[in-house]
Amino acid sequence: MAMLHTVNKSPFERNTFDSCISMAKSGSSVLLIEDGVIASLKGTSVSDKVSKAMESVTFYVLGPDLNARGMTDDQIIDGIKVVDYEGFVDLTAEHENVQAWL
Amino acid sequence: MSEPWEDDVEGPVKKFMFINRKSPYGTVYALESLEVVLITAAFDQDVSLVFSDDGVFQIKKGQKTDGIGMKNFSPTYRALEGYDVEKLYVDKESLDERGLTQEDLLVDVEILSRAELADLMDEQDVVLSF
Repeated sequence: MAMLHTVNKSPFERNTFDSCISMAKSGSSVLLIEDGVIASLKGTSVSDKVSKAMESVTFYVLGPDLNARGMTDDQIIDGIKVVDYEGFVDLTAEHENVQAWL
Repeated sequence: MSEPWEDDVEGPVKKFMFINRKSPYGTVYALESLEVVLITAAFDQDVSLVFSDDGVFQIKKGQKTDGIGMKNFSPTYRALEGYDVEKLYVDKESLDERGLTQEDLLVDVEILSRAELADLMDEQDVVLSF
């Protein structure tokens, strides 16, 4: 069964996101939370990297963290699924284990 | 005897620059910077605010924090004018990297290149980074 990875730091500030996608196996999931949601934005200098990673990994973003930072669902990369806190819990339960990249 | 802060004498005015480089809410830096900016302005100092790197998200329009149970302090940036804090600068490269434009920002700012910001930084008496 697959692993759920969570990333809580901006890809512009730390290399957490890069480390995560370099080790996330095909079929696993990445949930962007806190400042990690910045990686989900369309049209940034890192969005191509995210799109490429999406070929093998499913991406989710935590809606409340996205909205707090002034972003809406229509400003994120197509294919990234927005979840709420309940969705976060569901993802945690559905995956075999969770790797929280800090 | 009056307390020192009640004296109506004009002290020295220094040029203070605050550099905001972090996204709001993920850390406390943005809010703390805002507090210090307001204090500095209360002492009638010459304040410049710079937003660069993820700091540009501090002044992103449309912040809705109900979902994370934190106070949305972004309207305070719009009130800075009332404290005579009117020198707001944004690093153009940081906006471009994040696919943002002046239209996405909730306050009027001057958008500068890194070279222009470097010159501005060079003129300051005090530079504080958050």
